[in-house]
Amino acid sequence: MVNTELERMSTALHKMRARVLLDNLFSLRPSRWKSSQVMKEALRDTLDDEATLYVHWPYCARRCTYCNFNKYISKSVEHTRMADCLAKETSTLLQLSGVSRVKSIFFGGGTPSLALPSTVGKVIDTVADHVTFTEGSEVTLEANPTHLAIGKLKDFQHVGVNRLSVGVQALNTEDLKLLGRDHSVTEALRCVEAAKCVFPEHVSVDLMFGRPGQSVEAWRKELHQVIDMDVNHVSLYQLTVERGTQLFKWVDSGHVTVPDNDTMADMYIAAVELLEAHGLERYEVSNFAKQGSESKHNQAYWQGSQYIGVGPGAHGRFIPVTKQQANNGQHGREARIQTLEPDNWMFEVEKFGHATRKIISQSTKVRLEELLCLGLRTREGVTNVNWSKVIDISYLQSFGSSERCQQFVEEGLLRFEQSGVRATSKGLLILDTILPHLLYELGQLCDNEGVT
Amino acid sequence: MNAIRSCPIHRLLQNRHITNRCLHILKKKRGIYLNDVLHGRVFSTSFALANKQKIADFDLSEFPPERIRNFSIIAHVDHGKSTLADRLLETTGVISVSSKNQQVLDRLQVEKERGITVKAQTASLFYTHQGTRYLLNLIDTPGHVDFNYEVSRSLSACQGVILLVDANQGVQAQTVANFFLAFDRDLPVIPVLNKIDLKGAQPDVVMQQLNKLFDIQPEEVLQVSAKLGTGINEVLQAIVERIPAPVADVQNPLKCLMFDSWYTQYRGAVASIAVLDGVVRKGDKIMTHHKKKVHEVQEIGIMYPTEYPTDVLYAGQVGYIIANMKNIKDAMVGETIYHQNQPTQPMPGFKPAKPMVFAGIFPADSSQHTALKTAIEKLTLNDSSVDIHVDSSAVLGQGWRLGFLGLLHMDVFITRLDQEFNASVIVTAPNVPYKVTIIGAKNIKQYGGETVTILNPCKLPPVGIITEYKEPMVKGTVIAPAEYIGDIVNIIMERRGTYPEQTYLDESRMMFTSVLPLNEILVDFFDELKSLSSGYASFDYEDADFQTSDLVKVDYMLNGKEVDELTMLLHKSRARDIAKKVCEKLQTNIPRQSFLITIQAAVGKTILAREDIKPFRKDVTAKCYGGDVSRKTKLLKQQAEGKKKMRLIGRIEVPRDAFINILKK
Repeated sequence: MVNTELERMSTALHKMRARVLLDNLFSLRPSRWKSSQVMKEALRDTLDDEATLYVHWPYCARRCTYCNFNKYISKSVEHTRMADCLAKETSTLLQLSGVSRVKSIFFGGGTPSLALPSTVGKVIDTVADHVTFTEGSEVTLEANPTHLAIGKLKDFQHVGVNRLSVGVQALNTEDLKLLGRDHSVTEALRCVEAAKCVFPEHVSVDLMFGRPGQSVEAWRKELHQVIDMDVNHVSLYQLTVERGTQLFKWVDSGHVTVPDNDTMADMYIAAVELLEAHGLERYEVSNFAKQGSESKHNQAYWQGSQYIGVGPGAHGRFIPVTKQQANNGQHGREARIQTLEPDNWMFEVEKFGHATRKIISQSTKVRLEELLCLGLRTREGVTNVNWSKVIDISYLQSFGSSERCQQFVEEGLLRFEQSGVRATSKGLLILDTILPHLLYELGQLCDNEGVT
Repeated sequence: MNAIRSCPIHRLLQNRHITNRCLHILKKKRGIYLNDVLHGRVFSTSFALANKQKIADFDLSEFPPERIRNFSIIAHVDHGKSTLADRLLETTGVISVSSKNQQVLDRLQVEKERGITVKAQTASLFYTHQGTRYLLNLIDTPGHVDFNYEVSRSLSACQGVILLVDANQGVQAQTVANFFLAFDRDLPVIPVLNKIDLKGAQPDVVMQQLNKLFDIQPEEVLQVSAKLGTGINEVLQAIVERIPAPVADVQNPLKCLMFDSWYTQYRGAVASIAVLDGVVRKGDKIMTHHKKKVHEVQEIGIMYPTEYPTDVLYAGQVGYIIANMKNIKDAMVGETIYHQNQPTQPMPGFKPAKPMVFAGIFPADSSQHTALKTAIEKLTLNDSSVDIHVDSSAVLGQGWRLGFLGLLHMDVFITRLDQEFNASVIVTAPNVPYKVTIIGAKNIKQYGGETVTILNPCKLPPVGIITEYKEPMVKGTVIAPAEYIGDIVNIIMERRGTYPEQTYLDESRMMFTSVLPLNEILVDFFDELKSLSSGYASFDYEDADFQTSDLVKVDYMLNGKEVDELTMLLHKSRARDIAKKVCEKLQTNIPRQSFLITIQAAVGKTILAREDIKPFRKDVTAKCYGGDVSRKTKLLKQQAEGKKKMRLIGRIEVPRDAFINILKK
């Protein structure tokens, strides 16, 4: 009890300090940003002051044939208990993180549209109790486009959800069956329409390509249908056949075949062309949005910002308040994973206030590696601002002048610019080939400079 | 005895592989004298020598040449040579009768495992025939033609041989090769059929084969079962009766032939010698003819069955000598030894063995380079026939190109590296040495002669200055049941052999002889032969000199960049096929990259084969969220680690394994 009290006090102190630095920040002219040590610290602290929140709802109505996520099929979900636990863990972790602002909440799963709107509301309320929402903050819920979900959209909106991500996946009845989805094409179309009414300009559609037997032509048609839906955001997933899934068994036994790599490439390239031609620009490898409709939540991951993971198996990255004090926030970032299995997770939350199962301290080097791997997937790339949150900008310059990076620049795959480094559209297509080289180079740089 | 049993020395001596070195160390360190050991005071009965009577039992001066017989046993692999040797040693009391005696003379692990003899060993035995005691010296020989240099050396110290043939399997390819080695030296041959106790034994058929091939009369043939010990006495009698005594004279000045030598860590070189004339004693000052070095004899004796000091050897006898020869090169096989200041006519010596099979040997992990170097040095101390050249490859790092007498020799060497030195190595596909004739005074000067021997095809002089290529040939002998005639002729022809000469050995077995390029039988010839004949065919070969050949240099290129380590010298008729196979192998072993890779095999400017590796147009995971981050980053980091093991050819990343898969045999 004393501990919690102390933590609260320190959080309050921390917030005060952050506020002072924030004021300093805005009094500085942009031209002096780079050289200003104060600025860097200010940035670091403002960052520490804000986070996004991921909330995992682990239950599904049925098992999709391709899914290897952390999900559970349960007939008797203890809704009240889950709601209490999600709220409790949200509260504990928010306090532990010491943040004063949240700019996004994302309810993912599992199938979070199966959760009671009151549960979602309870979590949102808990957040509001502890911190302020950044202006224009995003509260997204993933929904399976079933009748049931359609009926609940308004309720979700009522408790604070302001963005819906609809798991359409396919617009082909056969494929939906093969994927083991519990909705039909008609339901999907109806759900998107309904969602557009409830959450105007805040609807995203999830779509999957590379499905068994899918042709590039069929995929193009499907994309046109999606474009006709006129949503502001589209996420594309390439179907990956994961071990342990029903689909893996089918593919393994030759029962079904997935398109080969070349066809997959054709599909992806076709999608980029079509979507961009219709105003949905690729702002990350798998994400397309009309201008201004980019998901704030996902961008936080890609920019190396803090995020708090709540719920069974959720992942988080943040600097706990205790470490912020210990060494001014440096090297204090931790990767956290919550207990996977819902019953155990609830038990632990009830007992300890949270169910963090694993904490790994993230070194500067690891943070840079993550930043590089994720940042380069985005249209903006790794910006100087995001880089300097981790380490001095001069390192990015020496990194960029290495022979390997220069070679990629010459080949038109990478671009080092005033604002940072990014992959060209050509580079983006083969990023997984480039990244190991860049990581290798980064490793060399860190070794030479003694950065651990 | 119980107290003794638990003592460490006793345990040490329990080990049947005890060598004199152990005894020597004991003597030095513990003040235990050899005789004490041998007298059974600290010795167990399980060790054959532990018998007081035997020690006092002989005096070498009582064995003038006429009471000495020096002989070898020659046989195909598995025909029971080592078992027969065990029985001869047992029957004459050199070792005690025990089921544990298995191939006493085969001391290397690889020899025991494969049932082959690699290093010749000798053993002396005493046998009383018609009231007279004889000293019989068994000079062991390796069974395989790869080691026929060793066989020749062994035979040079003999006056006759036992030709041992399995009564079930009959005459095999190595039987033929070995017989002619003895026959060429005019050595009397005692034909012995072994394994006559087995159900499948066909002594009559085998005798017919012997008669047909070697003109051996059935009545000359002895029949034994080395396993059961039947007929062993008859063999001993035949040795005394049919093999002539060495021609030697104790009165003449000393003259010895050094026919083998091996290196021991503590005592330097130990040499096997045959005393041709005179007497040599401990303390004598001896001189080696070729090296012109003087040594003092520190220890001299007979192999009984390991080194047993006798302080003296007389004309006609065979034994070992230790004379402070620190370097194995001081104990060059083939040397003639005489007393200091009393030179005699030297023996012609031996032609050094010619390595015919070359392969690159590289440490599996480059940090193991020094350890591997030491291991190779140690092994070659006892095997001077291995040719060593330093080699380096951009892919495999620093290593060696080693020359071997044959494939089995290579195999045995690699196995010994592994077994005795725990060295893990990458062995490249073996190739043969080629000879090329070059023109141009300047070129000849640069390459040190008109004829250049090429051990590594990528070191071939520019094709433009080469006027003639020669490749080594072998005379191959295949013996197999007649029903496989078609397949055997086919495989020989496919391998560019001359149309095989065919002889019926009996109603059902045939012998095929053909001259083939050595290169063609290097890798899988024997395996294919075995499989097409259901395992019945045996194969052996002997050198048949170099022959002019239509060879071409095949280069492999990745996007136009030559890959040195893949360069091959191939016969024109086979170049296209092989080049195509290698290109295909490269295609499957090099991962797709972000640009097109063209693999080409070319002779000069002519492209023989081409394979493309299509580029991938997309290589990025279309999905990456919170939970995936750690997993994805980890995967990419592993790949980053892998970059260290990539070889870059131009811009193409070639994993080290890809080369190893292509280069290894």
